Amino acid sequence: MYNFDFVKPSTVDEAVAALADEDAQALGGGQTLIPTLKQRLAMPSKLVSLKGIEGLDKIFVDRGGNLVIGAAATHAQVAATTDYPALASLAARIGDPAVRNRGTIGGSLANNDPSACYPAGALGSGATIVTNGRSIEADDFFEGLFETALEEGEIITEVRFPIPEKACYMKFIQPASRFPLTAVFVAKFADGVRVAVTGASNDGVFRWSDAEAALNTTFDAGSISELSVDADDMISDIHGSSEYRAHLVKVMTARAVKAAL
Amino acid sequence: MPKDSGIGASSKRREDVRFLTGKGKYTADISVKDQTFAAFARSSVAHGRINSIDIAAAEAMPGVLAVLTGEDFAEVGGNPAGWLITSRDGEPMKEPKRSPLAIGKVRHVGDAYAAVIAETAAQARDAVEALDADIEELDAIVDMSEAIENSDNLVHDEIGTNLCYDWGWIEDNKAAVDAAFESAPHVTSLELVNNRLSPNAMEPRVSIGDYDASTGDYTLHTTSQNPHVTRLLIGAFVMGIPENKLTVIAPDVGGGFGSKIYHYGEEAVVLAASKKINRPVKWVCDRSEAFVTDAHGRDHVTKIELATDKEGNFLAVRTETQANMGAYLSNFATVTPTFLHGTLMAGPYKTPHVYVNVKAVFTNTVPVDAYRGAGRPEATYSLERVIDKCARELGIDQLEIRRKNFIQPDQFPYTTPVALVYDTGDYDATLDKVAEIGDLAGFAARREASEAKGKLRGLGISTWIEACGIAPSALVGQLGARVGLFDAATVRVNATGSLAVMTGAHSHGQGHETVFAQVVAEKLGIAEEQIEIVHGDTSKIPFGMGSYGSRSLAVCGSAIVRATEKIIAKATKIAAHMMEADAADVVFENGNFTVAGTDKSKSFGDVALCAYVPHNFPHEELEPGLEESAFYDPANFTYPAGAYACEVEVDPDTGEVDVVGFAAADDFGNVINPMVVNGQVHGGVGQGIGQALMECVVHDGNGQPLTGSYMDYAMPRANDVPSYVVDHSCQTPCTHNPLGVKGCGEAGAIGSPPAVVNAVIDALQSGGINVTHVDMPVSPSRVWNAIQAAK
Amino acid sequence: MPDINLTLNGQAVSGTVENRTLLVDFLREGLGKTGTHVGCDTGQCGACVVHVDGVSVKSCNVFAVELDGSKVTTIEGMANADGSLGVIQQAFQDHHGLQCGFCTPGMVMTAAALLKENSDPSEAEIREYLDGNICRCTGYHNIVKSIQAAAAEMNASPVAAE
Repeated sequence: MYNFDFVKPSTVDEAVAALADEDAQALGGGQTLIPTLKQRLAMPSKLVSLKGIEGLDKIFVDRGGNLVIGAAATHAQVAATTDYPALASLAARIGDPAVRNRGTIGGSLANNDPSACYPAGALGSGATIVTNGRSIEADDFFEGLFETALEEGEIITEVRFPIPEKACYMKFIQPASRFPLTAVFVAKFADGVRVAVTGASNDGVFRWSDAEAALNTTFDAGSISELSVDADDMISDIHGSSEYRAHLVKVMTARAVKAAL
Repeated sequence: MPKDSGIGASSKRREDVRFLTGKGKYTADISVKDQTFAAFARSSVAHGRINSIDIAAAEAMPGVLAVLTGEDFAEVGGNPAGWLITSRDGEPMKEPKRSPLAIGKVRHVGDAYAAVIAETAAQARDAVEALDADIEELDAIVDMSEAIENSDNLVHDEIGTNLCYDWGWIEDNKAAVDAAFESAPHVTSLELVNNRLSPNAMEPRVSIGDYDASTGDYTLHTTSQNPHVTRLLIGAFVMGIPENKLTVIAPDVGGGFGSKIYHYGEEAVVLAASKKINRPVKWVCDRSEAFVTDAHGRDHVTKIELATDKEGNFLAVRTETQANMGAYLSNFATVTPTFLHGTLMAGPYKTPHVYVNVKAVFTNTVPVDAYRGAGRPEATYSLERVIDKCARELGIDQLEIRRKNFIQPDQFPYTTPVALVYDTGDYDATLDKVAEIGDLAGFAARREASEAKGKLRGLGISTWIEACGIAPSALVGQLGARVGLFDAATVRVNATGSLAVMTGAHSHGQGHETVFAQVVAEKLGIAEEQIEIVHGDTSKIPFGMGSYGSRSLAVCGSAIVRATEKIIAKATKIAAHMMEADAADVVFENGNFTVAGTDKSKSFGDVALCAYVPHNFPHEELEPGLEESAFYDPANFTYPAGAYACEVEVDPDTGEVDVVGFAAADDFGNVINPMVVNGQVHGGVGQGIGQALMECVVHDGNGQPLTGSYMDYAMPRANDVPSYVVDHSCQTPCTHNPLGVKGCGEAGAIGSPPAVVNAVIDALQSGGINVTHVDMPVSPSRVWNAIQAAK
Repeated sequence: MPDINLTLNGQAVSGTVENRTLLVDFLREGLGKTGTHVGCDTGQCGACVVHVDGVSVKSCNVFAVELDGSKVTTIEGMANADGSLGVIQQAFQDHHGLQCGFCTPGMVMTAAALLKENSDPSEAEIREYLDGNICRCTGYHNIVKSIQAAAAEMNASPVAAE
């Protein structure tokens, strides 16, 4: 890997200042970034660790009833929470135990890997991604493969999850990477159902609006039995064809609805 | 009652203590004073012409000490194929030269064309990026059929073809086999792929070359399963270093599975570079590099046909196989699809007529060679799959069709139509045993329970045999081997009665340090703790062909027994001298030498001491000291066999296959350490499940590997495999080695893949889904595709 | 180049690293602790698992400079004070939970992390927890048995678990 400068600021403001340098990059848990650097696929001039910022890993329920998760909270920390079981369950199944002890929600969302778990959790929950400068609705945050609404140097500080009546994350893994081959997050709120799909689409995480509409009518797995997802939009690779992924979207959605708690 | 030491005891492994405390000494753990680091420039295209390599910028990079290219090796020899295979037309196989660094062309992604030596590993890698190589991409040759047909685009221009050989076994059988098919009442045929695998020993390869200019001595520390073979290849073929000037040391090695048998170019490069810069040179492979450099395994495309009568009695077997050699011939590449595959195509069955055709093909892919089982898994898979299909077609029970065709215990020694002589076996016994330990009687109830959950449950059977204990020299010589396949041992008794055993086997997980000590302890009647096992260093051990082909105990262990017997013979003479008796009257039992009919007795320790304090030896008749060597060359292969039963649950909605039960009943002959043997079977079965369901090296049409890391190459994890039920109580001891052992290292990987795939087919059929075959790896998407196609 | 200080297996250690130096390389090259292994470069095989401030971490996937001031435990720190094998290590030997030994340090460290979180894991929980540790030799069977045995031993004599 190429060498780089390293700073570990203790406030968000310092971090933002450090990220103003050209080719500076934020370092969360590093569980995706470090392997990328090892392959010499990235060449940041400076890494700005977000692990030294006091309170950036806090987790609490705010007065509005949202589960608020600091950007530096690890997957293990989120997995240990009880306020939003489906989200804790999602976090508990990311990577492996050692990865969960380092990897952070902020890092995962900012990276927006098309096969990552958290984007489905955030989009499926209608979460709000809060940065050093603004709040971004999940619906506006994810902009395709590895692309987000974040500006250069903008860092996520926390994510606010409205807690649904019931929800479930159903994941079908790609057998090598253990990332989702296709995974679906279903959340039923008083004002409607959200269905977010990761791992499947060429455009990254997406909401399956037809399923949402059907489930708004009746929240039952049978409601989606006549629906289908357009295979043309799905990823096709050695682990599964686009048709297979389109099929899995439906199967995983139905199973998530059945298992939602 | 189980023994607590010696032969038959589950002695705890002594090597574990260092491994469990971080004190193992693997090659990467070794730092040689003043060492430098090598990094390799590797081709990013599958096939290309090297127009030029400008090394000036790289040489000017910080810390760079030397840059080597193929030109540095133009004058030295090539890395040879160890077996000469003769084609059906009598022509010898095609053998293009394999240089340590590519000359003229690069032939697969990862093919090394230059090496940079620098003060640090990072500097070496930085400088590799500064190399300016003009490599003109050529069309890649990937598909084997196209490679054979297309003589315009060649992996190796100088041989005029992409076909290495076209081998028939046995050519004289062909007419009778064809005739049997002509008149057969029933023929089952099946086309299948034996998927290309990456061995993935968890320790990546590492080599440290160290040239001493003051003596002219070279030392190579390297991750090898057979340091003497590596020394021979480097010394006699590649670099022309006299063997007395080259020491090869393979210390603790973190798994091999075949991939560390072979000599690789990196070993020659670190030696040559060390001489060039007069400092040690270390190279540590990373996993991504391993995927494109470690020899792959399997990669056969086969059509198999089975002729039977209406009752399912086998009449003839005929196969046509394309075997991928990759871009170069790795050391054992040519024998794996031939004599380790074609000769096994009779299986444990009394099929009267068998004919095998294998075409070995060059492609622009990583070289393919022996991987755990090596040829025998391919043979077993083809045979056990076609038998499964045949039984379904004829409506015969899976166990029954095997039973009616088994060679019977009273038929041994049994000469198969493909030229092996099985010495002993009892195939019904292991099949009965697996039915018992796998509770096949309870399968129907378990299937009902699965169906109640919406899953399809299947049971797959496989009955396998292999020829292993790889030796004997006379036989392998007839079959084209360019080396002998015997083994050697020295037993050195110290004056205090402890002893060291120098063995030509190499332990990279098998537990030799424990198991061999058990053998010697049993023979000498002394404690295992008094015995040290020394391996892996050509300067310390007499000779050895190393460990692969389930040969360590059967061949190397037998050499140890022979050397131990010589020790007893010599010690008996010394004891006779000590007790003033005739050697013929001295009996050795339980560690004591006794004069028959008297109370005179000397312990083994007393005799050892006397051997080194020979104050009154009759030196004309009795030499001082107590050290003996033996070279052991057996009369035949060994033939372990067994029966496996696999149960799977298939999720018909997703195609996901879950292995929910696996039972293995094996006949390994006598067993030295049951705990170690069970562990070998567990590991083999785990790898077999990996092949069957998960693993596959995939290239795109341009020869680019799509499975270059654990992100895409699916390694079995703890959650992908079940607890295994294993048994080796059916024992028909080998008739021709002194331990009566047959070998257990490869068994699991040979017998399990067809059991798994047969189980998947059974599950699908049970759900009324008419799928007769799914190629490995039987991934969820492949199963789902097959289900859709059957609708 | 930054200097860093760690408490490694209870002992204060320090060294100078590059920013890009991974923890595993600092342990192996900088401190000569070669018990922690590197089996892949994508953070998946788990041969490099160590404990940092009490939790398991893949030491090939964290920079040494990030951990200045941390407490790190490696396989070298897992034996008893008298040098005898700790409970988990002993269980691995007793139940043949290792063959070539290369993945073993990571397996032991992961097992220790598991048993700290869950003193009586089921077979399924053990297999799930080992998702980030690849073994090519054992087929996992005896690794699972070893961890079950270690859990039983620790539960039978709680002092041993300390």
